[in-house]
Amino acid sequence: MVRLTARDREMLDGAHGAAPQLAMSIVVRMAEVYAAADLMDISQAHIDSTIYLGDATLEFAERLASLGARVAVPTSLNVSGVDECGWKEWSVSPEWAAKAARQMLAYERMGAVPTWTCAPYQTRMRPTFGQQIAWGESNAIAFANSVIGARTERYPDLLDICCAITGRVPAVGLHLDANRGGQLLVRLVDVPERLQRDDQFFAVLGHLVGKLAGDRIPVIDGVVVSPAEDHLKAMAAAVASSGRVALFHLVGVTPEAPTRDAAFHGRAPEQTVDVRVSDLRDARRELTTADGRELDMVILGSPHFSLAEFSALAPLVAGKRKHPRVKFLITSGRFMKEQAERAGVLAPIAAFGAQVTLDTCILASPMLPPEIRLLMTNSAKYAYYAPSLLNARVTFGSLADCVRSAVDGLVVRDESMWQ
Amino acid sequence: MIVGRPIVAGEADGEALVSADALSFWGGYDFKTGTIIDRHHSLAGARAAGRILAVPFSKGSSTTTAVLLEAVRAGTAPAAIVTTGVDAFFALASIVAGVMYDKPFPVLALDPAGFARLRSGMRLRISADGRIRESDVEAS
Repeated sequence: MVRLTARDREMLDGAHGAAPQLAMSIVVRMAEVYAAADLMDISQAHIDSTIYLGDATLEFAERLASLGARVAVPTSLNVSGVDECGWKEWSVSPEWAAKAARQMLAYERMGAVPTWTCAPYQTRMRPTFGQQIAWGESNAIAFANSVIGARTERYPDLLDICCAITGRVPAVGLHLDANRGGQLLVRLVDVPERLQRDDQFFAVLGHLVGKLAGDRIPVIDGVVVSPAEDHLKAMAAAVASSGRVALFHLVGVTPEAPTRDAAFHGRAPEQTVDVRVSDLRDARRELTTADGRELDMVILGSPHFSLAEFSALAPLVAGKRKHPRVKFLITSGRFMKEQAERAGVLAPIAAFGAQVTLDTCILASPMLPPEIRLLMTNSAKYAYYAPSLLNARVTFGSLADCVRSAVDGLVVRDESMWQ
Repeated sequence: MIVGRPIVAGEADGEALVSADALSFWGGYDFKTGTIIDRHHSLAGARAAGRILAVPFSKGSSTTTAVLLEAVRAGTAPAAIVTTGVDAFFALASIVAGVMYDKPFPVLALDPAGFARLRSGMRLRISADGRIRESDVEAS
């Protein structure tokens, strides 16, 4: 049985109201599932339960809101099921838009900050090293733990909001330093620096490591470059799609892995796997499910496109125009788009013919018309999920490949680095 | 007979659907039809609604629990889920399905040896104490 403080017990008994009582009852049940001895405080939450799927997710949100639920800690919101302002440009039905918007409103009423992004770590709500948080959204969990060194378990939808309302979580798993040591050693063998500099490298590595790791904490040794934050973001999204990785260590790169020994907390790896260029080439090939050069749409921004990504895209598209038959869509958050606008990098992107969707993405909102079947992306997460969720076929490529393909109206990929 | 640890206790009866691959329900399960849709998964195309689904653990998206809750509401959820080790995602979905719709489903953790004895097509009966019996071929 989990030990409860007097305050926990008050919440459970309903002394703080019906919503904290319901939320605490679920947290306590889950503490038993995790076999936790105690609950602990968190100082921030990120809510993935915002994604509207149907009546059940809406009823859950509205039940909490109608009970007067309020979040007890600063809380950001993940993507929703609809671009509140832009959905009419797409194939979203008015019924879907209305219900998804009701679900958004329910979480806003609970006092959460309407960030509406799957990259909350690139907003002003970015947590800090060592901070105890309860985050949902698999890519955000992996990023917060691995790249920032914040402490979060892998929170599922429906539990994240209960933690935010109570401010309490079971004291288990990745909240505790002792459980953050590596288990699987992945050694990069003869993977040249120039390949590591390719902008697809960390997404591909993430896809491969996710499959190798299963439910273990992987430590990757042999990275010789200093990856940009957005490359680590791509890796976090990939590793949490193909696997269930909530924490990875890159020796010499991520904060809990100054050395291989530190990443493993001085213990020996349970298993060692060598990864060579040929393995990475195979992993990259898996991300492409399309077989021809036909192309309906380029899709960027899973996780949501950042200011740095908008800034990298702008010079690539400047003075160009996409092929009229090909759509070019970027999914991002309100905060990121504002920053990009202020930095002046959105104008050339709009002139190129690209569109920007906010608050959601093509996987969370039924926005694509049925004739869009062939996608191209630089996102391993889009490449992983789009075939199953959208019945689409995908070509994976670099950002520059995506731009060239959109201009030509046919898939063009620079394979020189991956031969 | 196989003895599992009931994470969410309950009774279920159904045909086993077994895979060694972890599964994300988001992008992996169509709650409108109760079918596994993850193209990367060995059970792709199989209908899991009303069956006893055995996968080692959940992977991928945090939204797995929400998809399962929708499936419970729509009547397309598996009758029970069996894993190796404790899977918090499946447990949570069942607990919230109990709170919202009074329809929790059994979630059972087996050790790897017990899990390895399960085969797709077996007719299984799960009891509240965590015992799994083959209900056609009587064994005890």
